Amino acid sequence: MATVYSELRRPLIRGEKSTGEVTRDISLPLERAPSLGWWIAFLAAFSALSLGVAAVAYLFSTGVGTWGLNSTVGWAFDITNFVFWIGIGHAGTLISAILFLLRQRWRTSVNRSAEAMTIFAVICAGLFPLIHMGRPWLAFWMFPYPNTRGSLWVNFRSPLVWDFFAIATYFTISVVFWYLGLMPDLATIRDRLKPGLRRTLMNFFCFGWDGSYRTWSHYETVYKLLAGLGTPLVVSVHTIVSWDFATSVIPGWHATIFPPYFVAGAIFSGMAMVLTLMILVRNLMHLEDYITPDHVDKMCKVTLVTSGLVGLAYATEFFTAMYSANRHEQFIFMNRAFGPFGWSYWIMTSCNLLVPQTLWFRRIRSSLGAVFLVSILINVGMWFERFVIIVTSLHRDFLPSSWWSYTPTPIEVATLVGSFGLFFTLFLLFLRLVPVIALSEVKGVLSYGRRLKQGDEA
Amino acid sequence: MTRRYFIGYFDHEDDILGVSKAVCKAGFSVADVYAPYALHGLDRAIGLAPSKLPWVCFLLGLLGAAFKVWFEFWTTAQDWPINVGGKPWNSLPAFVPVTFEVMVLCAGLSTVFAFFFVSRLWPGKKPRLLDPAVTDDRFALVLEATDATYDPRLLEGIFQQFHVVRVEERVEERKV
Repeated sequence: MATVYSELRRPLIRGEKSTGEVTRDISLPLERAPSLGWWIAFLAAFSALSLGVAAVAYLFSTGVGTWGLNSTVGWAFDITNFVFWIGIGHAGTLISAILFLLRQRWRTSVNRSAEAMTIFAVICAGLFPLIHMGRPWLAFWMFPYPNTRGSLWVNFRSPLVWDFFAIATYFTISVVFWYLGLMPDLATIRDRLKPGLRRTLMNFFCFGWDGSYRTWSHYETVYKLLAGLGTPLVVSVHTIVSWDFATSVIPGWHATIFPPYFVAGAIFSGMAMVLTLMILVRNLMHLEDYITPDHVDKMCKVTLVTSGLVGLAYATEFFTAMYSANRHEQFIFMNRAFGPFGWSYWIMTSCNLLVPQTLWFRRIRSSLGAVFLVSILINVGMWFERFVIIVTSLHRDFLPSSWWSYTPTPIEVATLVGSFGLFFTLFLLFLRLVPVIALSEVKGVLSYGRRLKQGDEA
Repeated sequence: MTRRYFIGYFDHEDDILGVSKAVCKAGFSVADVYAPYALHGLDRAIGLAPSKLPWVCFLLGLLGAAFKVWFEFWTTAQDWPINVGGKPWNSLPAFVPVTFEVMVLCAGLSTVFAFFFVSRLWPGKKPRLLDPAVTDDRFALVLEATDATYDPRLLEGIFQQFHVVRVEERVEERKV
């Protein structure tokens, strides 16, 4: 099948790079000492992480009472953070798997770092269910293993068990997918090094990759299969996360719209995080030729579409509450917008629906500063979306005598800050340790080396 | 037994695709091609059979899913049935999500391990590198000089048409 290259389409990578130049551009930062900017960012992230570690240590030694939870609002910051982080991860899989199947060649510049983002976000997400268990040292009870209690098996009808399996599978497959993509690039790095410890280590981690086409041919097949598996997987993960809520009978949670609503929201928030990170990485690592305004433009469009989907879900929830004639449901939604936590609802709607509307304008999309600001606001809005869903539905339950409020304690805020610290510490280490751009994929989309404008095959 | 290899190095993607096709047409069989990235259309050019790894993915995925359905049924309906909200012992629809996840996990991991196995890749393997540049920006076409059709001058002629950078002959000693 002949591929036609349009003359009108701008090249994905700027500067008419040759294959060798790509290798050099991406490998050089790894062979140099880190820049001052990197050290400042790393120290900031690591300080935040240390704060989080201290908060969690205090939590473990004292108990869940150090959080602001009460018997009415039993889930708040912890699960908000969990859903927020797991959602962030989804854009990475969208870029690595779904856009791969859709043959979106621009993904090659961002997929490595987006997949790294997925892995680190899932690590952050996984911590929250763990630390909100009263006895986190018994977390392995979630796993169905033969035990001396009967054997007492886990309840496979429970969405919390589904969640455990979904997150574990998602994490494993994301790591494997990311690592597979990394292997040829580690070989490239290895062959630039002089014999020594680093070279031996690189060869260890790239499994002795030698660029044989027989290996490449199998590799491409495996990559396609993993993308095919990853696509339904990413949809299933946030679907299952939404079932944690939707299978309960709490008004505001018990809704069939939850799975698509959560999946769209996850991709929306994740895309915003990808934009935040890509604009930072572009400046920090000087990748102006690889992450171009065209890439940012395309990601802005995905963000805009998913913002529309999320907006539709918000409207549908209100409509369903009205149309259901269910008083509890109607009350909860009015209370969301105009009750004691109304401010969080309006932060959510303005950040998630109004702010992204600016992305309709090319001028905004082509200004990296403006896009950066929009992406930060969306991150804030999407964090509040989960807060709104969880806290406003719980603080007014069926029995007015048990109505209560919720205020986060400094320990909870420190834990949230710590999760950001963990995320950015891992991400900054990633920037230093492996090629931040998928070398072997970017080389395949260069315009260099193709003399014919039309068709791969003469 | 000694094996003789004839290797041509090329700098451009178009050249390596063209030369692979040309040598196959001239009746040579390509031993392997070394490339820094996956070349599209080369498998057909050198007549490489499609990978059979999708079968591993399908069968192991099916096996994982089947095992998980059985396991969920056995734990919840047979080994220790517990009444949860009056739901039936064998709550098949509720078993679907975990079954799906386990299927994806088994299919994905087994495919990757099968890939390592068929491509003989393992941590710390000593690579057979023709030239350190094949992981950077150079392509190498390897032909094995075996049969009567082998004619180095004809080959060099074909190579020249496709802007060959360097030609090399290698003799390897191998135990049979």
